[in-house]
Amino acid sequence: MCGTCGCSSDAVVTLHTPVDYEHSHEPRPHDHSHPHDHPHDPQHHQHPRPDRTIELQQKVLAKNDELADVNRRWLRDRGILAVNLMSSPGSGKTTLLERTAKDLAGQVLISVIEGDQETELDARRILAAGSRVVQINTGAGCHLDAEMVARGLHALDVPGGSIVVIENVGNLVCPALFDLGEAAKVVLASVTEGADKPLKYPHMFRQADLVLLNKTDLLPYVDFDVAQYCSDLRRVTPDAVLLLLSATTGDGTTAWYDWLLRRTPPPPG
Amino acid sequence: MHELSITESLVDAVIARLPGKRVTCVRLEIGALSGVVADSVRFCFDIVTQGTDLEGATLEIRQPPASCHCRICDVDFEPDSPIALCPCGSAEVTVLAGQELKITSVRVA
Repeated sequence: MCGTCGCSSDAVVTLHTPVDYEHSHEPRPHDHSHPHDHPHDPQHHQHPRPDRTIELQQKVLAKNDELADVNRRWLRDRGILAVNLMSSPGSGKTTLLERTAKDLAGQVLISVIEGDQETELDARRILAAGSRVVQINTGAGCHLDAEMVARGLHALDVPGGSIVVIENVGNLVCPALFDLGEAAKVVLASVTEGADKPLKYPHMFRQADLVLLNKTDLLPYVDFDVAQYCSDLRRVTPDAVLLLLSATTGDGTTAWYDWLLRRTPPPPG
Repeated sequence: MHELSITESLVDAVIARLPGKRVTCVRLEIGALSGVVADSVRFCFDIVTQGTDLEGATLEIRQPPASCHCRICDVDFEPDSPIALCPCGSAEVTVLAGQELKITSVRVA
Protein backbone atom coordinates (compact mmCIF):
# COMPACT_ATOMS: atom_id res chain seq x y z
CA MET A 1 0.00 0.00 0.00
CA CYS A 2 1.15 3.47 -0.84
CA GLY A 3 2.11 5.34 2.27
CA THR A 4 1.71 8.69 0.57
CA CYS A 5 -1.88 8.58 -0.56
CA GLY A 6 -3.27 5.39 0.87
CA CYS A 7 -4.00 3.78 -2.43
CA SER A 8 -2.80 0.30 -3.09
CA SER A 9 -1.57 -1.89 -5.84
CA ASP A 10 -3.66 -4.62 -4.24
CA ALA A 11 -6.91 -4.87 -6.10
CA VAL A 12 -9.54 -3.95 -3.57
CA VAL A 13 -8.11 -2.32 -0.52
CA THR A 14 -8.72 1.31 0.18
CA LEU A 15 -7.42 2.79 3.36
CA HIS A 16 -10.16 3.92 5.76
CA THR A 17 -10.07 5.03 9.31
CA PRO A 18 -13.16 4.71 11.49
CA VAL A 19 -13.95 8.39 11.01
CA ASP A 20 -13.25 8.34 7.30
CA TYR A 21 -16.74 7.56 6.03
CA GLU A 22 -16.88 10.57 3.74
CA HIS A 23 -13.66 9.72 1.93
CA SER A 24 -12.97 10.45 -1.67
CA HIS A 25 -12.11 7.70 -4.09
CA GLU A 26 -9.98 10.05 -6.09
CA PRO A 27 -6.27 9.57 -5.34
CA ARG A 28 -4.46 12.60 -4.07
CA PRO A 29 -1.87 14.05 -6.47
CA HIS A 30 1.51 12.48 -6.09
CA ASP A 31 4.66 12.12 -8.09
CA HIS A 32 4.75 8.43 -8.77
CA SER A 33 2.58 6.16 -10.80
CA HIS A 34 0.66 2.99 -9.95
CA PRO A 35 -0.10 0.56 -12.72
CA HIS A 36 -3.74 -0.56 -12.65
CA ASP A 37 -4.19 -3.25 -15.22
CA HIS A 38 -7.07 -5.09 -13.65
CA PRO A 39 -10.76 -4.30 -13.16
CA HIS A 40 -12.15 -3.03 -9.83
CA ASP A 41 -15.19 -4.61 -8.31
CA PRO A 42 -16.95 -1.91 -6.30
CA GLN A 43 -18.38 -4.59 -4.00
CA HIS A 44 -14.88 -5.31 -2.77
CA HIS A 45 -14.47 -1.97 -1.11
CA GLN A 46 -14.27 -2.64 2.64
CA HIS A 47 -16.15 0.20 4.29
CA PRO A 48 -16.36 0.10 8.06
CA ARG A 49 -19.99 -0.02 9.10
CA PRO A 50 -21.16 3.28 10.52
CA ASP A 51 -22.28 3.42 14.16
CA ARG A 52 -25.87 2.40 14.57
CA THR A 53 -28.33 3.28 17.28
CA ILE A 54 -29.97 0.57 19.33
CA GLU A 55 -33.04 1.49 21.36
CA LEU A 56 -32.91 0.08 24.89
CA GLN A 57 -35.55 2.07 26.86
CA GLN A 58 -34.48 0.27 29.99
CA LYS A 59 -34.48 1.41 33.60
CA VAL A 60 -30.93 1.88 34.87
CA LEU A 61 -31.81 -0.01 38.04
CA ALA A 62 -33.83 -2.71 36.26
CA LYS A 63 -31.60 -5.50 37.59
CA ASN A 64 -31.90 -4.30 41.18
CA ASP A 65 -35.66 -3.90 40.78
CA GLU A 66 -35.98 -7.46 39.41
CA LEU A 67 -33.99 -8.85 42.33
CA ALA A 68 -36.11 -6.79 44.74
CA ASP A 69 -39.25 -8.34 43.24
CA VAL A 70 -37.74 -11.81 43.75
CA ASN A 71 -37.07 -10.90 47.40
CA ARG A 72 -40.61 -9.56 47.78
CA ARG A 73 -42.18 -12.77 46.42
CA TRP A 74 -39.83 -14.91 48.55
CA LEU A 75 -40.85 -13.01 51.68
CA ARG A 76 -44.57 -13.04 50.84
CA ASP A 77 -44.57 -16.78 50.08
CA ARG A 78 -43.04 -17.44 53.51
CA GLY A 79 -45.26 -15.02 55.40
CA ILE A 80 -42.42 -12.72 56.51
CA LEU A 81 -42.76 -8.95 57.02
CA ALA A 82 -39.68 -7.07 55.82
CA VAL A 83 -39.16 -3.43 56.74
CA ASN A 84 -36.44 -1.18 55.30
CA LEU A 85 -35.31 1.07 58.16
CA MET A 86 -33.43 4.17 56.99
CA SER A 87 -32.02 7.18 58.78
CA SER A 88 -28.99 9.39 59.13
CA PRO A 89 -26.13 8.00 61.25
CA GLY A 90 -26.76 8.28 64.97
CA SER A 91 -30.53 8.70 64.96
CA GLY A 92 -31.01 5.55 67.02
CA LYS A 93 -31.83 2.71 64.62
CA THR A 94 -29.90 0.08 66.54
CA THR A 95 -31.13 1.29 69.93
CA LEU A 96 -34.72 1.15 68.65
CA LEU A 97 -34.21 -2.38 67.34
CA GLU A 98 -32.63 -3.54 70.61
CA ARG A 99 -35.66 -2.29 72.55
CA THR A 100 -38.13 -3.64 69.95
CA ALA A 101 -36.58 -7.12 70.03
CA LYS A 102 -36.65 -7.21 73.85
CA ASP A 103 -40.17 -5.80 74.20
CA LEU A 104 -41.70 -8.08 71.54
CA ALA A 105 -39.85 -11.23 72.69
CA GLY A 106 -42.43 -13.96 73.08
CA GLN A 107 -44.87 -12.23 70.70
CA VAL A 108 -42.98 -12.25 67.43
CA LEU A 109 -39.48 -13.15 66.27
CA ILE A 110 -37.51 -10.19 64.95
CA SER A 111 -34.44 -10.75 62.80
CA VAL A 112 -32.17 -8.02 61.55
CA ILE A 113 -30.05 -7.48 58.46
CA GLU A 114 -27.46 -4.92 59.58
CA GLY A 115 -25.95 -2.70 56.92
CA ASP A 116 -22.85 -0.72 57.81
CA GLN A 117 -19.79 0.29 55.90
CA GLU A 118 -17.54 -1.34 58.48
CA THR A 119 -17.51 -3.25 61.81
CA GLU A 120 -19.83 -5.78 63.43
CA LEU A 121 -20.56 -3.53 66.40
CA ASP A 122 -24.28 -3.20 65.66
CA ALA A 123 -24.68 -6.93 64.96
CA ARG A 124 -23.25 -7.72 68.40
CA ARG A 125 -25.72 -5.32 70.04
CA ILE A 126 -28.68 -6.85 68.20
CA LEU A 127 -27.49 -10.37 69.01
CA ALA A 128 -27.22 -9.45 72.69
CA ALA A 129 -30.84 -8.23 72.54
CA GLY A 130 -31.92 -11.72 71.50
CA SER A 131 -32.44 -11.33 67.75
CA ARG A 132 -31.04 -13.26 64.86
CA VAL A 133 -28.80 -10.95 62.90
CA VAL A 134 -26.65 -10.95 59.80
CA GLN A 135 -24.13 -8.15 59.25
CA ILE A 136 -23.47 -6.80 55.78
CA ASN A 137 -20.45 -4.54 55.48
CA THR A 138 -20.70 -2.51 52.31
CA GLY A 139 -17.12 -1.20 52.42
CA ALA A 140 -17.15 1.92 50.28
CA GLY A 141 -20.85 1.40 49.46
CA CYS A 142 -23.31 3.91 50.89
CA HIS A 143 -26.48 1.79 50.76
CA LEU A 144 -27.77 -1.77 50.65
CA ASP A 145 -29.06 -3.22 47.38
CA ALA A 146 -31.45 -6.07 46.60
CA GLU A 147 -28.69 -8.57 45.93
CA MET A 148 -27.04 -7.97 49.32
CA VAL A 149 -30.41 -8.33 51.02
CA ALA A 150 -31.10 -11.61 49.17
CA ARG A 151 -27.87 -13.01 50.58
CA GLY A 152 -28.81 -11.74 54.03
CA LEU A 153 -32.27 -13.31 53.88
CA HIS A 154 -30.91 -16.69 52.87
CA ALA A 155 -28.25 -16.55 55.58
CA LEU A 156 -30.85 -15.67 58.23
CA ASP A 157 -33.25 -18.46 57.26
CA VAL A 158 -36.09 -16.83 59.21
CA PRO A 159 -39.40 -18.62 59.87
CA GLY A 160 -42.83 -17.56 58.60
CA GLY A 161 -44.90 -15.21 60.73
CA SER A 162 -41.84 -13.21 61.75
CA ILE A 163 -40.32 -9.80 61.02
CA VAL A 164 -37.08 -8.93 59.28
CA VAL A 165 -35.86 -5.39 59.77
CA ILE A 166 -33.28 -4.31 57.22
CA GLU A 167 -31.22 -1.67 59.00
CA ASN A 168 -29.84 0.27 56.06
CA VAL A 169 -26.54 2.15 56.03
CA GLY A 170 -26.93 5.43 57.94
CA ASN A 171 -27.53 7.88 55.11
CA LEU A 172 -30.51 10.04 54.13
CA VAL A 173 -29.63 10.17 50.44
CA CYS A 174 -28.51 7.00 48.71
CA PRO A 175 -30.73 4.26 50.23
CA ALA A 176 -33.83 6.09 48.94
CA LEU A 177 -33.19 4.88 45.40
CA PHE A 178 -32.78 1.18 45.98
CA ASP A 179 -35.78 -1.12 46.32
CA LEU A 180 -34.80 -4.07 48.51
CA GLY A 181 -38.05 -6.03 48.26
CA GLU A 182 -39.38 -4.70 51.57
CA ALA A 183 -43.09 -4.38 52.35
CA ALA A 184 -42.62 -0.92 53.87
CA LYS A 185 -40.05 1.84 54.18
CA VAL A 186 -39.58 3.39 57.59
CA VAL A 187 -37.55 6.57 58.06
CA LEU A 188 -36.24 7.22 61.55
CA ALA A 189 -35.41 10.79 62.50
CA SER A 190 -34.42 12.22 65.86
CA VAL A 191 -34.98 15.57 67.53
CA THR A 192 -31.23 16.09 67.95
CA GLU A 193 -30.75 16.20 64.17
CA GLY A 194 -32.83 19.36 63.79
CA ALA A 195 -36.31 19.79 62.39
CA ASP A 196 -35.29 20.67 58.85
CA LYS A 197 -34.48 17.18 57.58
CA PRO A 198 -37.70 16.48 55.60
CA LEU A 199 -37.16 19.65 53.55
CA LYS A 200 -33.43 18.98 53.12
CA TYR A 201 -33.83 15.32 52.12
CA PRO A 202 -37.20 15.18 50.33
CA HIS A 203 -36.32 12.14 48.20
CA MET A 204 -35.90 10.03 51.32
CA PHE A 205 -38.94 11.29 53.22
CA ARG A 206 -41.19 11.14 50.14
CA GLN A 207 -40.66 7.35 50.03
CA ALA A 208 -41.53 6.74 53.66
CA ASP A 209 -44.61 4.74 54.64
CA LEU A 210 -43.86 5.55 58.27
CA VAL A 211 -41.73 8.27 59.86
CA LEU A 212 -40.56 7.72 63.44
CA LEU A 213 -39.36 10.77 65.36
CA ASN A 214 -37.00 9.45 68.02
CA LYS A 215 -35.32 10.86 71.16
CA THR A 216 -38.43 12.75 72.25
CA ASP A 217 -37.09 12.48 75.82
CA LEU A 218 -34.54 15.12 74.77
CA LEU A 219 -37.14 17.65 73.55
CA PRO A 220 -36.80 19.81 76.70
CA TYR A 221 -33.09 20.27 75.96
CA VAL A 222 -33.02 20.94 72.22
CA ASP A 223 -34.46 23.58 69.93
CA PHE A 224 -36.92 21.44 67.98
CA ASP A 225 -40.36 22.63 66.93
CA VAL A 226 -42.50 19.49 66.62
CA ALA A 227 -45.41 21.35 65.02
CA GLN A 228 -43.13 22.86 62.38
CA TYR A 229 -41.60 19.42 61.76
CA CYS A 230 -45.05 17.90 61.18
CA SER A 231 -45.98 20.74 58.84
CA ASP A 232 -42.76 20.41 56.82
CA LEU A 233 -43.11 16.64 56.65
CA ARG A 234 -46.63 17.02 55.25
CA ARG A 235 -45.26 19.29 52.50
CA VAL A 236 -42.98 16.46 51.38
CA THR A 237 -45.18 13.45 52.05
CA PRO A 238 -48.81 14.06 52.96
CA ASP A 239 -49.59 10.37 53.35
CA ALA A 240 -46.83 8.99 55.60
CA VAL A 241 -47.74 8.04 59.17
CA LEU A 242 -45.76 9.95 61.83
CA LEU A 243 -45.12 8.49 65.28
CA LEU A 244 -43.16 10.14 68.10
CA LEU A 245 -41.19 7.90 70.45
CA SER A 246 -38.13 7.50 72.59
CA ALA A 247 -36.15 4.30 72.13
CA THR A 248 -34.32 5.11 75.38
CA THR A 249 -37.32 5.50 77.70
CA GLY A 250 -39.84 3.46 75.70
CA ASP A 251 -42.34 6.33 75.46
CA GLY A 252 -44.44 6.01 72.31
CA THR A 253 -43.05 2.62 71.30
CA THR A 254 -46.41 0.85 71.68
CA ALA A 255 -47.74 2.56 68.56
CA TRP A 256 -44.62 1.43 66.67
CA TYR A 257 -45.10 -2.15 67.87
CA ASP A 258 -48.78 -2.05 66.87
CA TRP A 259 -47.80 -0.77 63.43
CA LEU A 260 -45.39 -3.71 63.03
CA LEU A 261 -47.71 -6.38 64.42
CA ARG A 262 -50.66 -5.27 62.26
CA ARG A 263 -48.53 -5.94 59.17
CA THR A 264 -46.98 -9.23 60.30
CA PRO A 265 -48.52 -12.25 58.57
CA PRO A 266 -49.79 -15.03 60.85
CA PRO A 267 -47.45 -18.01 61.32
CA PRO A 268 -48.06 -20.65 58.63
CA GLY A 269 -50.62 -23.18 59.80
CA MET B 1 -22.42 8.91 46.21
CA HIS B 2 -24.98 6.44 44.91
CA GLU B 3 -24.14 7.70 41.41
CA LEU B 4 -21.15 5.32 41.38
CA SER B 5 -23.32 2.23 41.79
CA ILE B 6 -25.95 3.77 39.48
CA THR B 7 -23.25 4.14 36.84
CA GLU B 8 -22.01 0.59 37.45
CA SER B 9 -25.58 -0.62 37.04
CA LEU B 10 -26.02 1.16 33.73
CA VAL B 11 -22.72 -0.16 32.36
CA ASP B 12 -23.61 -3.70 33.48
CA ALA B 13 -27.05 -3.35 31.91
CA VAL B 14 -25.64 -2.25 28.54
CA ILE B 15 -23.04 -5.04 28.50
CA ALA B 16 -25.71 -7.59 29.41
CA ARG B 17 -27.98 -6.41 26.57
CA LEU B 18 -25.20 -6.10 23.97
CA PRO B 19 -22.47 -8.58 24.85
CA GLY B 20 -19.26 -8.11 22.86
CA LYS B 21 -20.45 -4.94 21.08
CA ARG B 22 -18.24 -1.89 21.09
CA VAL B 23 -20.45 0.87 22.41
CA THR B 24 -19.57 4.40 21.27
CA CYS B 25 -22.36 6.39 22.91
CA VAL B 26 -24.83 5.89 25.76
CA ARG B 27 -27.95 8.03 26.01
CA LEU B 28 -29.67 8.44 29.35
CA GLU B 29 -32.66 10.20 30.82
CA ILE B 30 -32.18 11.45 34.37
CA GLY B 31 -35.30 13.26 35.53
CA ALA B 32 -35.28 16.31 37.77
CA LEU B 33 -36.98 14.32 40.56
CA SER B 34 -34.91 11.14 40.16
CA GLY B 35 -32.56 11.89 43.04
CA VAL B 36 -29.56 11.33 40.78
CA VAL B 37 -27.03 14.03 39.93
CA ALA B 38 -26.20 13.96 36.22
CA ASP B 39 -22.78 15.55 36.70
CA SER B 40 -21.83 12.84 39.19
CA VAL B 41 -22.84 10.14 36.70
CA ARG B 42 -20.67 11.87 34.08
CA PHE B 43 -17.77 11.89 36.54
CA CYS B 44 -18.17 8.18 37.29
CA PHE B 45 -18.81 7.06 33.71
CA ASP B 46 -15.24 7.36 32.41
CA ILE B 47 -13.90 5.54 35.46
CA VAL B 48 -16.44 2.73 35.43
CA THR B 49 -16.18 2.09 31.68
CA GLN B 50 -12.39 1.60 31.71
CA GLY B 51 -11.50 -1.86 30.43
CA THR B 52 -15.08 -2.56 29.26
CA ASP B 53 -16.72 -2.54 25.83
CA LEU B 54 -17.90 0.98 26.71
CA GLU B 55 -14.42 2.44 27.19
CA GLY B 56 -14.16 5.74 25.34
CA ALA B 57 -17.91 5.98 24.77
CA THR B 58 -19.56 9.36 25.03
CA LEU B 59 -22.42 9.95 27.45
CA GLU B 60 -25.45 12.01 26.46
CA ILE B 61 -27.85 12.86 29.26
CA ARG B 62 -31.32 14.33 28.79
CA GLN B 63 -32.85 15.76 31.95
CA PRO B 64 -36.64 15.83 31.65
CA PRO B 65 -38.19 18.52 33.85
CA ALA B 66 -40.56 17.61 36.64
CA SER B 67 -44.28 17.64 35.94
CA CYS B 68 -46.97 17.09 38.55
CA HIS B 69 -50.74 17.04 38.85
CA CYS B 70 -52.43 18.59 41.88
CA ARG B 71 -55.26 16.42 43.18
CA ILE B 72 -56.79 19.35 45.05
CA CYS B 73 -57.05 22.04 42.35
CA ASP B 74 -56.85 19.58 39.42
CA VAL B 75 -54.13 21.39 37.46
CA ASP B 76 -50.76 20.30 36.08
CA PHE B 77 -47.69 22.26 37.14
CA GLU B 78 -43.89 22.16 37.00
CA PRO B 79 -42.39 22.25 40.50
CA ASP B 80 -39.20 24.30 40.74
CA SER B 81 -37.63 22.21 43.52
CA PRO B 82 -37.50 18.57 44.62
CA ILE B 83 -40.35 19.36 47.00
CA ALA B 84 -43.29 19.01 44.65
CA LEU B 85 -45.70 21.60 46.00
CA CYS B 86 -48.56 22.96 43.91
CA PRO B 87 -48.75 26.79 43.71
CA CYS B 88 -52.01 26.42 45.65
CA GLY B 89 -49.92 25.08 48.56
CA SER B 90 -51.08 21.49 48.31
CA ALA B 91 -48.67 18.56 48.61
CA GLU B 92 -51.38 16.19 47.38
CA VAL B 93 -49.73 15.75 44.02
CA THR B 94 -49.16 12.99 41.51
CA VAL B 95 -45.78 13.04 39.78
CA LEU B 96 -46.32 12.79 36.01
CA ALA B 97 -42.69 13.15 34.88
CA GLY B 98 -39.24 13.83 36.25
CA GLN B 99 -38.52 10.53 38.00
CA GLU B 100 -36.93 8.94 34.92
CA LEU B 101 -33.68 7.03 35.36
CA LYS B 102 -33.45 5.25 32.06
CA ILE B 103 -31.08 4.12 29.32
CA THR B 104 -32.90 5.25 26.20
CA SER B 105 -30.48 4.06 23.50
CA VAL B 106 -26.88 3.32 22.69
CA ARG B 107 -24.74 3.62 19.58
CA VAL B 108 -22.55 0.69 18.64
CA ALA B 109 -19.64 0.53 16.19
